[in-house]
Amino acid sequence: MKLTLRVWRQKNADADGAMSTYEVDGISTDMSFLEMLDTLNEELILRGEDPVAFDHDCREGICGACSLVINGDAHGPERTTTCQLHMRSFQDGDTIDIEPWRASAFPVIKDLVVDRSAFDRIIQAGGYITAPTGAAPEAHATPVPKPDADFAFENAECIGCGACVAACPNGAAMLFTSAKVNHLNVLPQGAPERETRVLDMVAQMDDEGFGGCTLAGECATACPKGIPLVSITSMNKEWLRATRKVAKR
Amino acid sequence: MTTYAEYQTGEPVVDGKAPSGPVGERWDTRRFEAKLVNPANRRKHTVIVVGTGLAGGSAGATLAEQGYHVVQFCYQDSPRRAHSIAAQGGINAAKNYRNDGDSIHRLFYDTVKGGDFRARESNVHRLAQISVEIIDQCVAQGVPFAREYGGLLDTRSFGGVQVSRTFYARGQTGQQLLLGAYQALSRQIAAGNVEMHARTEMLDLIVIDGRARGIVARDLVTGRIDTYFADAVVLASGGYGNVFYLSTNAMNSNATAIWRAHRRGAYFANPCFTQIHPTCIPRTGDHQSKLTLMSESLRNDGRIWVPKAKGDTRPAGQIPEDERDYYLERIYPSFGNLVPRDIASRAAKNVCDEGRGVGPGGQGVYLDFADAIKRMGRGAVEAKYGNLFDMYQRITDEDPYEVPMRIYPAVHYTMGGLWVDYDLQTTIPGLFAIGEANFSDHGANRLGASALMQGLADGYFVLPSTINDYLARNPHHEDVTVDHPVVQEVRAETEDRLNLLLSVDGDRTPDSFHREVGELMWEFCGMARTDSGLRKALERIPQIREEFWRRIKVPGTGEEFNQSLEKANRVVDYLELAELMCLDALHRAESCGGHFREESQTADGEAARKDDEFAYAAAWEFTSTGSAPVLHKEDLVFEYVHPTQRSYA
Repeated sequence: MKLTLRVWRQKNADADGAMSTYEVDGISTDMSFLEMLDTLNEELILRGEDPVAFDHDCREGICGACSLVINGDAHGPERTTTCQLHMRSFQDGDTIDIEPWRASAFPVIKDLVVDRSAFDRIIQAGGYITAPTGAAPEAHATPVPKPDADFAFENAECIGCGACVAACPNGAAMLFTSAKVNHLNVLPQGAPERETRVLDMVAQMDDEGFGGCTLAGECATACPKGIPLVSITSMNKEWLRATRKVAKR
Repeated sequence: MTTYAEYQTGEPVVDGKAPSGPVGERWDTRRFEAKLVNPANRRKHTVIVVGTGLAGGSAGATLAEQGYHVVQFCYQDSPRRAHSIAAQGGINAAKNYRNDGDSIHRLFYDTVKGGDFRARESNVHRLAQISVEIIDQCVAQGVPFAREYGGLLDTRSFGGVQVSRTFYARGQTGQQLLLGAYQALSRQIAAGNVEMHARTEMLDLIVIDGRARGIVARDLVTGRIDTYFADAVVLASGGYGNVFYLSTNAMNSNATAIWRAHRRGAYFANPCFTQIHPTCIPRTGDHQSKLTLMSESLRNDGRIWVPKAKGDTRPAGQIPEDERDYYLERIYPSFGNLVPRDIASRAAKNVCDEGRGVGPGGQGVYLDFADAIKRMGRGAVEAKYGNLFDMYQRITDEDPYEVPMRIYPAVHYTMGGLWVDYDLQTTIPGLFAIGEANFSDHGANRLGASALMQGLADGYFVLPSTINDYLARNPHHEDVTVDHPVVQEVRAETEDRLNLLLSVDGDRTPDSFHREVGELMWEFCGMARTDSGLRKALERIPQIREEFWRRIKVPGTGEEFNQSLEKANRVVDYLELAELMCLDALHRAESCGGHFREESQTADGEAARKDDEFAYAAAWEFTSTGSAPVLHKEDLVFEYVHPTQRSYA
């Protein structure tokens, strides 16, 4: 396949960026999208040009590093991560626009690489269960009903890639935050910190400059792991419950 | 001048920390004999931890919980992305919840045997003991393991064992365990006990007065090179499988931290012990940047076969049952499709070498779920393996519910690593290595679902006990400052190396060299190794290295985000490590586990160990680039599991 790529180039966080156009040829349909970019970068290096910077690591769809907006969609046309998107999803002769995640809480570092450390700080605000090493009871001491365990797992699948934020018209991080709140709050082990967790994580999310949620639903459509929109509703319920409970104390 | 292969043998290396006495009591003995650091004094000690995978993440969190000041590093943009996250299948623990005859002793036995009698009994027994605590710890953290309808934990079987002791979270066990460790670490970051440096890569080790006192690291965003100081340094930087270019490792997983520590005096043990995983998706072409694993758990229900006839190119569905060779079930009737990884990989290579491989180039075998779907129903198969099937379909564009998967072996894990004693301390005092970065527990072959177990055992339980002893015995270090001559020197060496990479301005990319050395290693130091092949590789590697420094091209500068520079610097270290791997493989003229020397096999083609000559761990001491290293042997003593020819038939 022969393709035209229009790629966002930005030298660093302070520089202005712009779209640059490149032609690539000899692209196989079996290539992953990132392997297609590898091909471009090998050519750019040999031409003495700066290769396109992008985040990637496991290339198995689980680490959450890769993060490209492709033709306007976070992670491109298929419901998967960029690294698991293959060139068979495109046609010979296509022009493909490649941009970084766009959100004020995710500033661009270089080209297609953004700073997602805000997500780490949301987890640090309460996205854990306090269980110091050595203090754990026997694993079978507390059975967890299978539906609860499945609900926890479904939410725990979040890979923290940030596609939900990139897809949201408001740049909100509700799907990400709700996934962790739901995972931990439904488990008996997470119950003692249930209220502080949701209140602190939501407060941190707001402090980081993410937008408000208007339930547009774009986040759940873009999520490569299928975290459902209803996760946000569940978190809102948790937040209301916690607010009332804390007010009563 | 002597050549690289003409190595000298030095003094034996002795594990001075392993207690004697009954194997089941040694860990208790060691913990009691180890000195403690008063809780009030712990905050005065700084510990550097490099890496945030299962080993590093759990160690950083636990050391901080104990009161130490932890300074931690990862090259990824977040500690949550370390490559442990990609582990699929599960984690072993001798809980015996199934009442199927499992015990700590059986897990110990299976692991020593599975490692083909090249691991230390003391370490492996400790690992088996701790396995049960790990599950408790992870459940308490909220790790969503698979559960049965009664609310209790589910388990499944893995290769090389006949009990069901593998705990799992669908096909994402590594992810869920890592997020548990990451969340515990996040709690300590918020509490101010861990100073976290993401997007920062360790480039060298600072050793002062014979002790590890810090690291040189580069901020990957600004390019700034900084020095960090501590009372002890812990390397949890993972394995070195990416030497092979194509592997199941993450693209940026690298050997720089352990290789630089090796160059500074830490012995490197059993570098040739690499694991080739039998069930990976075959490569499709030269553009391939990495290989993707299909979890070993699939061998619980999938059946592996090839056509009986050579060159049979009919689609799988048109090959009748009696013209199929379920070769693992045929050769190994008692373990069947669940033989250990090294055996399954070699068997796949053999049938492909016979011309019975399937798919493009005949480099593949079938992993077939038709029987499982008939027996359990598609829904049950989907619930158990759904995400793996999806991943397979996405990569290959084939539906594994309809046609059998095609799989082929690929480099997956490295059992070798920095030599450590029972305390997980390297030969440099104050430098510890945990998880895949060390060599200690898996011998010549790692059993499935044991990497997660070892990473978490080291990080949550072993290191936090043993590091106390070192810090308690060495309480009064002089503070190191940036103007210390050793610090200046190490820092200058790092800067010079990066500047040199930037200044060559040749005509080949870092990737092209990485691919070249990787292909060489796969051919001569891969699934089957020979004396002549290894000598060929040893001749070729210095030539590639010489060419590298003449022709490498790295655009941009060092004072910016520069992924080409990062890559080129990692390739520098691969080009040295590859040489040591080949030498180790050459010197070990026996077959054991994943190390198969064609000259040393039984009549039916199984690995033939030579216990009289090679029942030792080979710990190599660095001399200088391209010069022969010095071999130090650690004799392995087997008091409980008597070495035999492994039999899975």
